[in-house]
Amino acid sequence: MLPADRKYTTSHEWVRVDGTEAQIGITDYAQRQLGDVVFVELPEVGRRLRQGEAFGVIESVKAASDLFSPMSGEVIEVNQTLRDRPQGVNTDPYGTWMIRLRVDDPGELAGLLDAAQYAELVG
Amino acid sequence: MIEPAPASLKPSPLRERHLALGGRMIAFAGWELPLEYAGTLAEHEAVRTRAGLFDVSHMGEIEVAGGDALALVQLVTSNDASRLAVGQAQYTAITTPAGTFVDDALVYRLAADHFLFVVNAATTAKDYGWVREQARTFGDAVVVDTSARYALLALQGPLAAQILQPLTGVDLSGLRYYWFAAGEVAGVRATISRTGYTGEDGFEIFVPPAAAPRVWDALLEAGRSAGLRPCGLGARDTLRLEAGMRLYGQDIDETTTVLEAGLGWIIAWHKPTFIGAEALRRQREDGVTRRLAGFELLERGIARPGAAVFAGEARVGTVTSGGWAPSLGKAIGLAYLPVALAREGSEIAVDVRGRRLRASVVPLPFYRRAR
Repeated sequence: MLPADRKYTTSHEWVRVDGTEAQIGITDYAQRQLGDVVFVELPEVGRRLRQGEAFGVIESVKAASDLFSPMSGEVIEVNQTLRDRPQGVNTDPYGTWMIRLRVDDPGELAGLLDAAQYAELVG
Repeated sequence: MIEPAPASLKPSPLRERHLALGGRMIAFAGWELPLEYAGTLAEHEAVRTRAGLFDVSHMGEIEVAGGDALALVQLVTSNDASRLAVGQAQYTAITTPAGTFVDDALVYRLAADHFLFVVNAATTAKDYGWVREQARTFGDAVVVDTSARYALLALQGPLAAQILQPLTGVDLSGLRYYWFAAGEVAGVRATISRTGYTGEDGFEIFVPPAAAPRVWDALLEAGRSAGLRPCGLGARDTLRLEAGMRLYGQDIDETTTVLEAGLGWIIAWHKPTFIGAEALRRQREDGVTRRLAGFELLERGIARPGAAVFAGEARVGTVTSGGWAPSLGKAIGLAYLPVALAREGSEIAVDVRGRRLRASVVPLPFYRRAR
């Protein structure tokens, strides 16, 4: 079941906004496509991101994949546990955030997919 | 309803078992096969510490029989099949006149004048055509593609023998590495070969395709309490790479010689002749200019096939196989390097998505099981 408390991108990231801050991760569909995650490369705190900009890379046994930011903002926290224990991305994709942003414009959410739309996208 | 396999892909006789087990199916060499079930890392770990069961029915089988069978096998391969006793197998190259690979294969001696090649799925038709063509110069050698007669299951890992023994009358303690025996498994007529593509102890079990599901079920059941897992192509690749085993189409092909591939040990120089012997002898005299080398990355990242390899600013090669080695906790890979660089300790760099990551040449195999 897709969590309804967040929005989704066509590149399979999710974003959960709480006031001016957002948590970002990848979807179950994405982690299944990737297979077992080996590395997650994340940005520095303080980095500014535009909506759609690549903010990191996820390396799995199978392939490497870029991570794209669903919203514009400033990185205020990075999930350090993913450096040595990336497995959470596979075992709990919706409970494993990668970066937290201070978002520039919550209005950007309107352009993202809701749970029903994302569900239709991934079939 | 189980959806049928895509029209263009060959289904394994075990397809329904893979789907029932949650296998993620992919296309491989024209077949539909499971990439993984629980996950490549878990499956890899199972094989290294307990046991794993693979469906490798896509492998091809080509049989050669007749009074000239040995002579034909000796002509088309690099290794010496005359050393094989009935019941014994060897790793060999099927060679081109340039001393490069038509394929790599295992050749089994079923009888004095009856041999079986187990070959790669993607090259089965090519190999069959090649061996048949060479057979024309002999008066008494029949070549048959018998791939459709066999399903092949690979049971691999330190617990493989203890899992298999209760299911067969063949005495596994008497079956040495690279030997095989005919018997039964779970009441099904089978040939059990002590061979594999993982670097662990294990068995490859040949059964009629119609009986494969029964044997698969019996093995999974017998191995349940020992922690046997079904394993897919993902783990097959991570395991063989750690073990330093070459993959045709990536590490070896018709452009790489048996010597360059570091497989000189499968060349029987004393054979009167074989296809490619002259080219290989010349190369041995002159010395190879490049050799397949193993490397490990020293920085975070994974080198993938096709990545450029550098020594300083100079591009010196290309990664042929590369990936994560779960048992080593490192990223490893193979590449043909100029011979001066192809030695332990050489410092190279591998381009990973635009960044040049430092790497070091290491000896093969990357992983060796405790004996």
